[in-house]
Amino acid sequence: MRSARTLRRGLAVFGVLVGLWLVVPTLIVVPISFSGEDSFAFPPSSWSLRHYTTFFTESSWLTSLLVSLQLALIVTVVATVLGTMAAFALARTSFVGKGTVDGLFLAPLIVPGIVVAVAMYAAFLGWGLVGTPVGFVAAHSVLALPFVTVNVTAALAGFDRTLERAAAGLGASSFTTFRSVTFPLIRPGILAGALFAFVTSFDEVVVSLFIQSPNLQTLPVRMFNSVTNEVDPTIAAASTVVLVISTALLGLASISRRNRRHA
Amino acid sequence: MAVTSDTSAPPARTGAPGRVPPPRTSPRRVAVRGVALLAVPAVVVLVVFFVVPALRLLWLSVTSPEPGLGNYAALVTDDVAVTVVLRTLGMAAMVTVVCLLVAYPYAYLMSLVSGRWRGLLLAVVLIPFWTSLMARTFAWVVLLQDNGIVNRALDTVGLGPVRLLGTTAGVTLAMAQVMLPFMVLPVYTTLRGIDRRLVDAALSLGARPVVAFLRVYLPLSFPGVAAGATLVMVLSLGFYVTPSLVGSPQQSMLAQFIAVQVNQLVNFGGAGALAVALLVVTLVLVGGVQLLTRTKGSRRATGAGVAGGALV
Repeated sequence: MRSARTLRRGLAVFGVLVGLWLVVPTLIVVPISFSGEDSFAFPPSSWSLRHYTTFFTESSWLTSLLVSLQLALIVTVVATVLGTMAAFALARTSFVGKGTVDGLFLAPLIVPGIVVAVAMYAAFLGWGLVGTPVGFVAAHSVLALPFVTVNVTAALAGFDRTLERAAAGLGASSFTTFRSVTFPLIRPGILAGALFAFVTSFDEVVVSLFIQSPNLQTLPVRMFNSVTNEVDPTIAAASTVVLVISTALLGLASISRRNRRHA
Repeated sequence: MAVTSDTSAPPARTGAPGRVPPPRTSPRRVAVRGVALLAVPAVVVLVVFFVVPALRLLWLSVTSPEPGLGNYAALVTDDVAVTVVLRTLGMAAMVTVVCLLVAYPYAYLMSLVSGRWRGLLLAVVLIPFWTSLMARTFAWVVLLQDNGIVNRALDTVGLGPVRLLGTTAGVTLAMAQVMLPFMVLPVYTTLRGIDRRLVDAALSLGARPVVAFLRVYLPLSFPGVAAGATLVMVLSLGFYVTPSLVGSPQQSMLAQFIAVQVNQLVNFGGAGALAVALLVVTLVLVGGVQLLTRTKGSRRATGAGVAGGALV
């Protein structure tokens, strides 16, 4: 019994250490972003908001933030609309070659990022899409689509279709049935998919690094270039902003998914 | 838009699609075909911007700079390429082992505690899924600096200072942190399903605790370990961001090597061959583990992990 208690205590200490290893590196950027110095020293010897001032006023940082936000919004709309439509087809019909189509929708998740990046870069060079808004939207939409189809397909799988038949039986048109019965019930799944799509685009690094141009960089690309080429503590402020945005949205997505389960 | 029932059809037929095959020209059949067409726009996007580029790269790998399998032969004959491939395999194996050694006791702890504590342990391990990869990688660069926190901590216990940024040790520490959830989740899923009475039975029959663990518990947890190890291995082999920023160009891994081939040498054929090789290894490993772990729980765990992979 005594050894069992020692084992449990040892495991508890181990759990705390692993927890620190997971949490500390994530949160350390927050105090550094409020430092008053021009270095990454920790703990900072003085505090200020100057890195945030630089982040929100210097054009290279501010532009990349705005590019990332706009891009993520467009990708969210494209991926959510196309992905939801596709989820209906995948969840409710069967046709020859459906297994291949199912696989196609999962492939961007399984193929390593570097492979996707090099393939897209080579093709986009030929098509004149490198460093263009269309190229970024296309690339990020491919990466975001699977998250929408996975979430909406799951919502449709738990959907009771007698409700639709009841609406139709009571004389509702197809569109009315969709708008007032189907859509409200699968909305949590669509919302979760949309949030995942936004974060996928907003956080994407590898493909964006390849298809960037000096005139068109997303925020993660700007951050990557900053770590490689310069010692600029503004990146700590950028990291904190990115952390807050993506963590808040993924939190919303997980709440939305939980609601779906209770529905 | 997706409603396929029509009010004149008998309810039994619309209620059981597939069981009663409708006549070829029924309105229902037409409606089903209409629903299938909803997938077309997404499929077009995926084919044009994903499948075609992938096939183009495959084509480049056997035609550029000259037709033939020269780019693939270089993978096993070119000294630099061989060194990078071996180094990548070694790093990925090391990260996998570190993750396993950390994740197994952690998952075991999760299976012991109950309720609130389990939720907390799960939330902590999911943090890498919840936060921006770029932000966390930057944090590791700061932590591992020569005068960073890790080094000062090592210094106070008399072990440091050690060079960490740009070294294998630093890259392993940072990569294993990013990969840990992919190991913990499948292992935990399997551990949760193990019937503890089997261990109790072994103990009551006189087995020492160590023997009971090694001969009863450990083999039962194998499916989760296999799934987790494969995922971490696969994701580590193709990992680009963290090794590029935490590691050094002299110790580059496969993904960095591919990037250099493309960006500095404009050698799409060589990069294509490397990418195809990486993809084949990935598909073989993922397919293999799907076959190995046919139980429902671990397959779900693998699926979740694969889905999370896109965030890395």
